[in-house]
Amino acid sequence: MPVQILKERNSGKITCVTLGATAEQGGTRACTITVGGESSLPWLHFEGETPNKPVVAVEVLDRYPEEWNDAVKAAYGDAMKDAATWAKAAVECGGADLIYLRLQSADPELGASTPEQCVATVKKVLATVGVPVAVIGCGIDEVDNKVIPAVAEACAGENLLLGLATTENYNTIVAAAMVHKHTVIAQSPLDINMCKQLNILITEMGIPADRIIVDPSIGGLGYGLEYAYSVGERARIGSLQGDKMLALPVIGTVGFEAWKAKEANVGADEFPGWGDQAERGILWETVTAASLLQSGLDILVMRHPEAIALVKKNVADLMAPSSL
Amino acid sequence: MEIIGERINGMFKDIREAITNQDKKPVQDWAIKQTENGATWLDVCVGPTAGDPAAAMRWLVNTVQEVVDTPLSLDSTNYDVIEEGLKLCKRPALINSCHADRYKIERVFPMAVKYNAKVIALAMSEESGIPKTADARVALAMELVAAADEFGLPLQDLYLDPLILPVNVAQDHAIEAMETLRQVKMLSDPPPKTTVGLSNVSQRCNNRKLLNRTMIAMLMASGLDSAIADANDDDLMETAAAARIIMNKEIYCDSFVELYKTNHYK
Repeated sequence: MPVQILKERNSGKITCVTLGATAEQGGTRACTITVGGESSLPWLHFEGETPNKPVVAVEVLDRYPEEWNDAVKAAYGDAMKDAATWAKAAVECGGADLIYLRLQSADPELGASTPEQCVATVKKVLATVGVPVAVIGCGIDEVDNKVIPAVAEACAGENLLLGLATTENYNTIVAAAMVHKHTVIAQSPLDINMCKQLNILITEMGIPADRIIVDPSIGGLGYGLEYAYSVGERARIGSLQGDKMLALPVIGTVGFEAWKAKEANVGADEFPGWGDQAERGILWETVTAASLLQSGLDILVMRHPEAIALVKKNVADLMAPSSL
Repeated sequence: MEIIGERINGMFKDIREAITNQDKKPVQDWAIKQTENGATWLDVCVGPTAGDPAAAMRWLVNTVQEVVDTPLSLDSTNYDVIEEGLKLCKRPALINSCHADRYKIERVFPMAVKYNAKVIALAMSEESGIPKTADARVALAMELVAAADEFGLPLQDLYLDPLILPVNVAQDHAIEAMETLRQVKMLSDPPPKTTVGLSNVSQRCNNRKLLNRTMIAMLMASGLDSAIADANDDDLMETAAAARIIMNKEIYCDSFVELYKTNHYK
């Protein structure tokens, strides 16, 4: 008796979102990146399309991250002392498809950079690398509401990925993105209902759905990964069934969450049973990313070049057409 | 929940007059109004008095398709009239309806397959009329499911209607219809879809809208996928939106009512 392959017939698919703009499109990027477009559960090539593979964004700060793990700092060395040099190294040696620039120094306690200084940093990064760039504020609403609009205006036409728009604070950032033709990150606190509602509120302002990337606030391995996994899965299933307000590409701050874990940071001298710390940290980031790739992540924000190399190999394997 | 907007029907005076006078406006106004309020389908029925029902059907189909691209539900007891409409439909249509009589199935199911249309199939026959018990309705539903398989009509394109009657004169029927819906969902895998002529439940009753929207929630809990109903009854549409949320058919968000109307479910 022949075996029939069961194929789900999905009515919906994830919206395609393009980041960056080339000279013809009014920007200065060497290339653009398109994410989304999936019409099946992750990697089920036999029943749907995965036109765009997930990409890696390397996290770059505009201040030297003293507090980061030595294993990550060793990978970039002195390059981390300048955002543009760091971004260049991330693209040339770190495997970055795009740069995730966090303007942390705008925080009054971490440097109190002015919006003008932040704009100068972004401009310098844009002049140094050709890949699309995401620009994220320092996380303090009042500060970000000055910094992000200034960046949006100064970099009009570049189609940056701007963040973070949250339920409590989305108006200013979305308006700036709309006027100056950028894309926004809509961040919700690991809550699919709030995620959907925020997308509705943002689209009601008039920005099209193909200029929104969803950040569900993932948890790292061992620290809430399964919540993020199930939210991603539920959103993908809803999207495939036609829920347009969830059918947006997903970004996850993998490196930030993974390198927060105790397991990624403590040495073998303290926990001999856990083995070598550097290797463990790299795998902590890799496994967090690989797990979330199975729940539908489109943009992985990562830190360590070795973890990125492993994840890229994983993505390449998963993109191979299935024989079914 | 697919709402099949019931308003473009020659039983209503404005539509009857519109057909007689070839006046497009009332028909197109209702097509737009129902679509904007969330109708997934638009039922079109020439009514009992049209002199040339085939010509009236052609006119209705063309008139509606000039202003909306909402798919149509072609409502007639005359299958030649339905076929005239099917020839003109730009999107796959719904045939409303077919009884469980063999000669009707043989006429309608191959026609549905030919035009890539879906079929509302009634759990009644000339012999049985509308059966009272759920068991008798399910037996007819089974005939229809088997026939769909026989004629190559995908089961998801079969909309079984357990039939509901006015609650004032046939009060014992509603609960049988609900039981029928539950059992129909176990007849095949994938199961057939289900539908009802919702407004029937409140014919000549007091407080019709209350009865209609209470009924839709109870029927949805029993497995109802669609209903021929008043798409411009906001309370009814809100009840359907809420029932979808409560049944976890749609991911909750604060704007769930507005979203339901713009999404044209499904």
